[in-house]
Amino acid sequence: MRLVGELQRICGRENVLTDRDRLRTYESDGLLHLREVPAVVCLPGTADEVRRVVRACHEAETPWVARGAGTGLSGGALPVADGVVLALSRLRRILSVDLPNGRVTCEPGVANLAVSRAVAPTHFFPPDPSSQVVCTVGGNVAENSGGAHCFKYGFTTNYVTGLEVVLPDGEVVELGGAELDRPGLDLVGAFVGSEGTLGVATRVTLRVVPVPETVRTLVAYFETMEDAGRTVSDVVAGGIVPGALEIMDRLSLRAAEEATAAGNPLDVGAALIVELDGPTAECGARLAEVLAICERNGARGVRVAADEAERELVWRARRAAFAAMGRISPSYYVQDSVIPRTRLAEVLGRIEELAAEYGFPVANVFHAGDGNLHPLVAYDARVPGEAERAEELAGEIVLACVAAGGSITGEHGVGVDKKRYMPAMFSDEDLAAFQKLRCAFDPEQRANPGKVMPTPRLCGEVPGPYRQHPLEAAGVAERL
Amino acid sequence: MSEPVGTPVSAREAAELLASGVTVRPRGGGTKWAWAGAAKPDVVLSTAALGGVRELNAGDLTAVLGAGLPLAEAQAACAEAGLMLALDPPGERSTVGGVVASADSGPLRHRYGAPRDLLLGMTVALADGTVARSGGKVIKNVAGYDLAKLFAGSHGTLGTIVEVVVRLHPLQASTATAAATGDAQELARGALALAAAPLELERLDVRWEGGSGALLAQAGGVSAAARAGRAAELMREAGLDAATHENDDGLWEEQRAGQRAPGGTILRVAGLPAELELVLTTAERHGAALVGRAGIGTSWLRLDAGAVAAVREELAPFPCVVTDGPSGLDRLGPRDPALVALERRVRERFDPAGVLV
Repeated sequence: MRLVGELQRICGRENVLTDRDRLRTYESDGLLHLREVPAVVCLPGTADEVRRVVRACHEAETPWVARGAGTGLSGGALPVADGVVLALSRLRRILSVDLPNGRVTCEPGVANLAVSRAVAPTHFFPPDPSSQVVCTVGGNVAENSGGAHCFKYGFTTNYVTGLEVVLPDGEVVELGGAELDRPGLDLVGAFVGSEGTLGVATRVTLRVVPVPETVRTLVAYFETMEDAGRTVSDVVAGGIVPGALEIMDRLSLRAAEEATAAGNPLDVGAALIVELDGPTAECGARLAEVLAICERNGARGVRVAADEAERELVWRARRAAFAAMGRISPSYYVQDSVIPRTRLAEVLGRIEELAAEYGFPVANVFHAGDGNLHPLVAYDARVPGEAERAEELAGEIVLACVAAGGSITGEHGVGVDKKRYMPAMFSDEDLAAFQKLRCAFDPEQRANPGKVMPTPRLCGEVPGPYRQHPLEAAGVAERL
Repeated sequence: MSEPVGTPVSAREAAELLASGVTVRPRGGGTKWAWAGAAKPDVVLSTAALGGVRELNAGDLTAVLGAGLPLAEAQAACAEAGLMLALDPPGERSTVGGVVASADSGPLRHRYGAPRDLLLGMTVALADGTVARSGGKVIKNVAGYDLAKLFAGSHGTLGTIVEVVVRLHPLQASTATAAATGDAQELARGALALAAAPLELERLDVRWEGGSGALLAQAGGVSAAARAGRAAELMREAGLDAATHENDDGLWEEQRAGQRAPGGTILRVAGLPAELELVLTTAERHGAALVGRAGIGTSWLRLDAGAVAAVREELAPFPCVVTDGPSGLDRLGPRDPALVALERRVRERFDPAGVLV
């Protein structure tokens, strides 16, 4: 492969991997059952090396996949056979911290949590995926990552103000900047969440916000998921916007308890975590309201974390829920669907029916404020056929969520894993509109091909020569 | 306005009009019609028949709104459910579609963001005659490209917004505002202190005219009065003369009104919070009146059209855009050619024949 020599010249021999054993480290992301060994992995050390690598791929007509920490759960960083993986792990410098303006500029390989650490103790970066210790800012940008605090604080897209992007033809363009309300199209908004298909970000400017004065965290235990769900509805109807609202069902609670011994009871149907943050006066008044709502909905018990250590224990159990499933099941498959929260009881009922029909236990972990459901289908991959049937069940669950007015993915991305469900949410005309954006950035579709869109589509030429806008012709340039 | 007007009653009809071979520009309330300059379309696409509160899902904090719905009607419907659409730009006749298409916002921008930040989904009519939906109806969703953000602020140049899905927020039980007067340095110091304080302010604004100015900080919620009091203390620590107001609607109405100058010129400066003093002294030097989002960094300068070029130069590299203003002014100022080229590639894909003017 002639490209390999070129990549070695750009990144240095030691930063280009072609040995099959070393390539296998990059064969999948966090969705382990999807694997593809790439032809070559290169690890550029600077933004300019990234530009030259992308340019070289463009000239060699070779597809490439950018990759951060590889923690994604949708196969979004799955390599392309015969393609290049552009691993950004060496681009991990924080370039500037500007607290008066609430901005951090960093390279894409910086870990999510490192941003908050760089601006502590006065500020923080709100998006907090469970993998925040290792997952990268570049990956967060590609996936528009969320976390447990989205209901109040929003998503990565609400915190990215500027991007330096290498387009798939190797050109570099600055999208946005430190300032908001810039003229022109919101290409930052279009780029964030585009799953690596529009180019690769080599520098990211983020907005960080002041740390709340007070955080109050409580866990309430309920007999049923319905009671927990109704409590959430009452909290929201009361005009309260907690920083986090998380529900764990009986099965996930049991798994997490075995892993963390956080002291959660095992004989309850659901645990609800409510975290209020903000000004002390506001939190204090709202906490009393939340406690009253929990009681009214038949809470079996409520624990209010007395200090940071107790709060950490509550969150440790919640964050451990995925990995802890390994203790009660040899294999599991995580879904990431979203439902309108008011349809919770109905959708959970449907999931229960489906679980019984397929004969697999399904645990539910739920970002209850924003309706993001993470059903975990437990199965045994060693039993022939189980993996396929578990995936089929997971698919039925996704479709049930879409049928209730929801989405196929709340934060994990479409990647490869969920692209087959895209037609359940989007018509042919919708998908064709998505493709227009893709083609504007990447007409040859070499950046992370085979992701997001359910079926391959060509870009084609722009029909006819571009006609100048009358506005441009009149010399007033683009509209605002 | 002398152009013929088409008034589609459905997304499909809107798309048919866009694909009919004539040049088209959408119009909602018409409050920002002059922002596009002198160029005229063959046909105006009125969104008047594409209105309506199509869904208001109070429990889910979402609403589906027709583009032609007046923003004030959307607010009234939300308020009845104890909720708000956290957008308060000026313009009594503004429509939801017009506000989104122009990325306009008001003082609530401080806490809740711009239209882009409140959009969950969007339906657009495109120049190829198709109707495309993106996003969804839930408040968390990453399926597909975020075309809603691309279209927010695109001023109708990529297609016509026919419907949006928005995130709603609880209407605050009560509000209170701390207001203080002082010189540019004191205002800048006070603004930074307030922006960094964990007060969860709803609004944080500045105004300036004729040598003096004011800083306004609004708190909401059950502890609004206490937090406005705390904001006033921080203002005093910055050297400002501060008082708190519980009936604060009038104060904020003035802030919103300052973003427009019918018949005059407005220069919108995309600055940064820590550069407020520079923007204030520049405004003063050119005899400009100013309202601004102190915690965001965006300001609106009401000035003589003749001062635009000099102000732009003195505030470079902050992007300065003329909104209201005589035709013939350079509305956008200098822009990065690489970015302009990419924007053109996006427009070519959505509007290859250049009919969306």
